[in-house]
Amino acid sequence: MSGAKSTLGTMILSLGAITIIAGALLAGVAEATSEPIAEANKQKQVDAIKAVATAQFDNDPAAAAVTIAELSDDKGHNVIVFPLINGEELTGAAVESYTPNAFSGFFTIMVGFDVDGNITGYEVVKHEETAGLGAKMQDWFRDPSGHRNVIGMNPGVNNMTVSKDGGEVDAITAATISSRAFLDAIDRAYKGYNQYKASNN
Amino acid sequence: MLTLSLSPHIHTSLTVRRCMGHVIIALLPAVAFSLFYFGIGALIVIVSAIIGCVATEWLIDKYMLGRKPSIGNLSAVLTGLLLALNLPSNLPVWTVIIGSIVAIGIGKMAFGGLGCNTFNPALVGRVFLLLSFPVLMTTWPLPLENRLTYLDATTGPTILGTLKLDHDSAVASFDMMDKALGLSGGSIGEIGAIAILIGLVYLLCVRIISWHIPVSIIATVAVFAWACGAPVGLELLSGGLLFGAVFMATDYVTSPMSHRGMLLYGVLIGAITFIIRQWGAYPEGMSFAILIMNGFTPLINRYIKPRKFGERSVKA
Amino acid sequence: MNSKLRILYNGIVADNPTFVLLLGMCPTLGTTSSALTGMSMGLATMGVLICSNVVISMIKNLVPSKVRIPAFIVVIATFVTLLQMLMEAYVPSLYAALGIFIPLIVVNCILLGRAEAFASRHSVGDSLFDGIGIGLGFTIALTILGAVREFLGTGCIFGASIYPEQYGALMFILAPGAFIALGLLVAAFNAIRTRTAK
Repeated sequence: MSGAKSTLGTMILSLGAITIIAGALLAGVAEATSEPIAEANKQKQVDAIKAVATAQFDNDPAAAAVTIAELSDDKGHNVIVFPLINGEELTGAAVESYTPNAFSGFFTIMVGFDVDGNITGYEVVKHEETAGLGAKMQDWFRDPSGHRNVIGMNPGVNNMTVSKDGGEVDAITAATISSRAFLDAIDRAYKGYNQYKASNN
Repeated sequence: MLTLSLSPHIHTSLTVRRCMGHVIIALLPAVAFSLFYFGIGALIVIVSAIIGCVATEWLIDKYMLGRKPSIGNLSAVLTGLLLALNLPSNLPVWTVIIGSIVAIGIGKMAFGGLGCNTFNPALVGRVFLLLSFPVLMTTWPLPLENRLTYLDATTGPTILGTLKLDHDSAVASFDMMDKALGLSGGSIGEIGAIAILIGLVYLLCVRIISWHIPVSIIATVAVFAWACGAPVGLELLSGGLLFGAVFMATDYVTSPMSHRGMLLYGVLIGAITFIIRQWGAYPEGMSFAILIMNGFTPLINRYIKPRKFGERSVKA
Repeated sequence: MNSKLRILYNGIVADNPTFVLLLGMCPTLGTTSSALTGMSMGLATMGVLICSNVVISMIKNLVPSKVRIPAFIVVIATFVTLLQMLMEAYVPSLYAALGIFIPLIVVNCILLGRAEAFASRHSVGDSLFDGIGIGLGFTIALTILGAVREFLGTGCIFGASIYPEQYGALMFILAPGAFIALGLLVAAFNAIRTRTAK
């Protein structure tokens, strides 16, 4: 290792020069990428909405989002309705919902509804359920075999509880708690959607 | 030069083989209970686990380590039997074989064979299966009505599972006699408390184990359950607590050597088990608790040593 | 053997950062739940490593030795932050998959280790090849580890199904499986290496 002589002057000068160059480089790239990053984040939200919603819409659901205060808890979990509007008419909504009854803590899901409240799709946004058991909910409740599939059901019409509790939905094998919690989150989303409809008509 | 073999060390007529033999004899009541309650399913699982463990040890000794196979000391047979008794009786053979390979291959031989392993091999196998195949490992066949069925056994929840879901109905459905006689579902070997206690008495009589570990585990869980208002009888008699306290936690290689060390080890196993049962994600925590404390055993052995013969504490 | 090839060989085999030096274990264990994420992490690290090796080798004579470590860290952190911003902007899906591990490249000891042990003592050209070699070694190791875990855990390799998923031992996807798979691979790699060396 050779290097320049370590005097106070050379140390300040070299470190200063390196940090200035690095800072300038970072500032430049941050400036250049800020727009694409914002674009990508917005796209991510729209993609999440599109993944659960089948209705036509031409508005920006993220900008029109409404948080249903009555259904929020004091730990920062919210029910957020992203209304889908085509022209002037409400065609459905994507609703972000949560459940406090999960096997481990909370989980958050995004549920899509059409204008009548039929479920058009769902995505599990965030969860800490056991791998191989509760974590299967992402695929389980859209599986057409048996009575697993909840897509097309309507919480206002169907009895959306697990079959063990007298309902119409098959629970995940060996993960009844997670299944109940999932249906609880759906129910909360549906309530949020109804409140939104009631207050916007 | 004096070459010392690996522990367990022996200075009596008690060989490793005889020691393992005694434990196997002590397990026979539990095996008999399991065959009575789970029939063919239990038989298939036990036989395939023993064959899987012995074959794995033989193959690794012969072809990977290039030494004389050590299967004659019965320790692989015992590992297989213990593994099987910790599994549900409707587990498919391929899963049992994977568990056996992991138990012997990763749990024991990877560390150098008998005496070198840090963790109880049978529990390594069981926990590997539990984390890998959670659905298969948590659907429990109902005893008695499944004597003639294997893979298509009718299943039901264990009482500890119910306790997590619905505390009151579990307490209401709990019947001490059912638990003692094995009428309530669970792993193959853990269902009959009486059979396990017969094994415990036998092991104490032939002095294979001392009372310290089982008693400290059971007492700790009892005290914690009482203090937290949990149903004490249910906590003690259900799940793998008794079986683990008597047969799994007392494994020579992976438990402390001194009596005081054993007490500390037992108390901590009991505490961890209860914490997992009460607040953890899994309904039962015995396997995890024993494995965690296995990891602490070298540390316990380092700081809590048996008193040397003739040694006295010096008072200043 | 040509000296540049020798450097490449050392990076990939003799001084393999994962299997021999056991450096950078955090991303190794954290990002290898599938072959694809393992490979992506390896490539991202390789990109940063090549850039930081070259730049550090270029400035090695200008930086006083007493402040060389802070200088190296600033260089490495700059490249990592650049990579993070570029990924978030142009490949958001990959950014979502690797998430927290990208900023952690900064504290990956491979980077500082190579800066200190190699780039600050060798020419720019050699440092470039060391970055490529070590980076490739890391990428290959992470890809193999990811492939093994994905295969044993889900029955797939790079998402292509080999056997039914229900037979996969889920534990290999989880954290404890990462340790077990890594331990077995290190043992296998070193067994092969010592056997071929004889």
